[in-house]
Amino acid sequence: MSAIQIIPIEWYLLLSTVLFTIGVAGVMLRRNAIIIFMSVELMLNAVNLLLVAFSSYLSDSKGQVFVFFIMAVAAAEVAVGLAILMMVYRNTKSSDINILNKLKW
Amino acid sequence: MKALILLSSLGVIALLAEIFSVKKLLYPIVLLGLITAFVLNVFDWDATNNIYYKMMQFDNYAVAFTGLIIVVAFLWFLMAEGFFKEESNQTDHFALVLFSLVGAVMMVSYNNMAMLFLGIEILSIPMYILAGSNKTDISSNESAFKYLIMGAFATGFLLFGIALIYGATGSFDLSEIANAVSSGTLSSIFYVGVLLMLIGMAFKVSAAPFHFWAPDVYQGAPTVVTAFMATIVKTAAFAAFLRLFSTAFMGAHDTWTNIVWVMAALTLLVGNITAVFQTSTKRMLAYSSVAHAGYMLLALLAGNSYSNSAILFYAAAYSIGSIATFCIVNIIASAKNGDGIDSFNGLGKTNPMLAIVMTIALLSLAGIPPTAGFFAKYYILTSAFVAGNVGLVLIAIIASLIGVYYYFRIIIAMYFKESATSEVVEVESNHKLLLVFVAILIVVMGLFPDCVIKLL
Repeated sequence: MSAIQIIPIEWYLLLSTVLFTIGVAGVMLRRNAIIIFMSVELMLNAVNLLLVAFSSYLSDSKGQVFVFFIMAVAAAEVAVGLAILMMVYRNTKSSDINILNKLKW
Repeated sequence: MKALILLSSLGVIALLAEIFSVKKLLYPIVLLGLITAFVLNVFDWDATNNIYYKMMQFDNYAVAFTGLIIVVAFLWFLMAEGFFKEESNQTDHFALVLFSLVGAVMMVSYNNMAMLFLGIEILSIPMYILAGSNKTDISSNESAFKYLIMGAFATGFLLFGIALIYGATGSFDLSEIANAVSSGTLSSIFYVGVLLMLIGMAFKVSAAPFHFWAPDVYQGAPTVVTAFMATIVKTAAFAAFLRLFSTAFMGAHDTWTNIVWVMAALTLLVGNITAVFQTSTKRMLAYSSVAHAGYMLLALLAGNSYSNSAILFYAAAYSIGSIATFCIVNIIASAKNGDGIDSFNGLGKTNPMLAIVMTIALLSLAGIPPTAGFFAKYYILTSAFVAGNVGLVLIAIIASLIGVYYYFRIIIAMYFKESATSEVVEVESNHKLLLVFVAILIVVMGLFPDCVIKLL
């Protein structure tokens, strides 16, 4: 039994689920664009934690490789996201998403 | 596979073209490259092989959808020539579009969850930028921002699902997951994983109740980008959705059928009913694209031997019809400074050619014979009927009757309403050529549906 397996897998599962839920709640409830991005990152990092925990429990390296993909993609996504936010800020002088309400039915 | 490599290199060439200042040549190079990619793709037919250590699988399903994506991309490039001309950073647009095509091809040919995830992201990240490519327009900004947040949010669900499935089965490989499912007892986290992936994919294909981002994003983005999202992105997302659920999760059928049933019914009704109340044609087409996702969900739910070919034909008919309608909406909206339905008033008198092509395309989207859309709906409903989803078939028929109502509003505006001005809308000759070709294609596909249906 490796050191990581002293803690039962259920605990990792619980921790990731809680982190993921905090992320989801943050995206839905917060109105500041930067905090929304941070919440999305929290969701992705909850997934990373879970994948690493499973990978270690299954003694299988595929899960850890997947985490690298997620980290790279998340970085790309945030780069694009901040660029879009800059563009919005130049036009509206605000990072509050309530200002983005031009499109509605 | 060769098509994938060619498209990636075309993307790199588009980036390099900026450095070596050969921008003018880029448009013909890309068109030529797409034709070559299509030909190379045809040679992959029946040469089923697992490549890259089983990360991807170019079976006939993948080749057929790749072919469709390349054809639609070719038509899209013909439609969007102006999009590449208007700004100084045009090569960026080329590279972004080409890279998102690479993502689309990966999404139809993956055999591993990692490739599904990378495909979705390679498709989506360039699309976020393209949606906001009209930098000074606040609605384009809003569209890009909403698309990004919703895309990243959906990816979160998808990844959490993948992680749970990995925990339960110990694999990312579709066939290994399918084996694990059929060999029996899996822990309950597997089923939670399937549901989370279902939510993630439903966001991507904009199925109700996860469709609310789509109309905003479609309306705010530049019209040519909307056309790309409504055709290529949707086709790729659906092909990925179907591949996932018809191979890996088919054994866990009972977990997801009821949810997909409700989702399909909701998507059909919400999409079609909300479309009736729209005054902007672009937003109306966005809701209609939500509704079309509902029809394709019917075949996904059926999960029988008809499903693959039904979805392929539906995606083809819908994409080609959409290219024509978005092209005309783009021409009208830029000529009349607005995309309201009243800007189509009197088009039948001033521009009979545009009006006829628009009518054919709308009839196809509404599913009226002898257009491609009729047989598309026919095959979808057959596959659902054979699977025994009679209730859903009834809902789909009612929904398409509502669909006929709002598509006909544009046709009535074109032929029976007087225009305020009798000005003729200027149409570039290459657009004319494209529209006539697309109209012929719609009718030919309607008369000889077998040529596509027999593929899968």
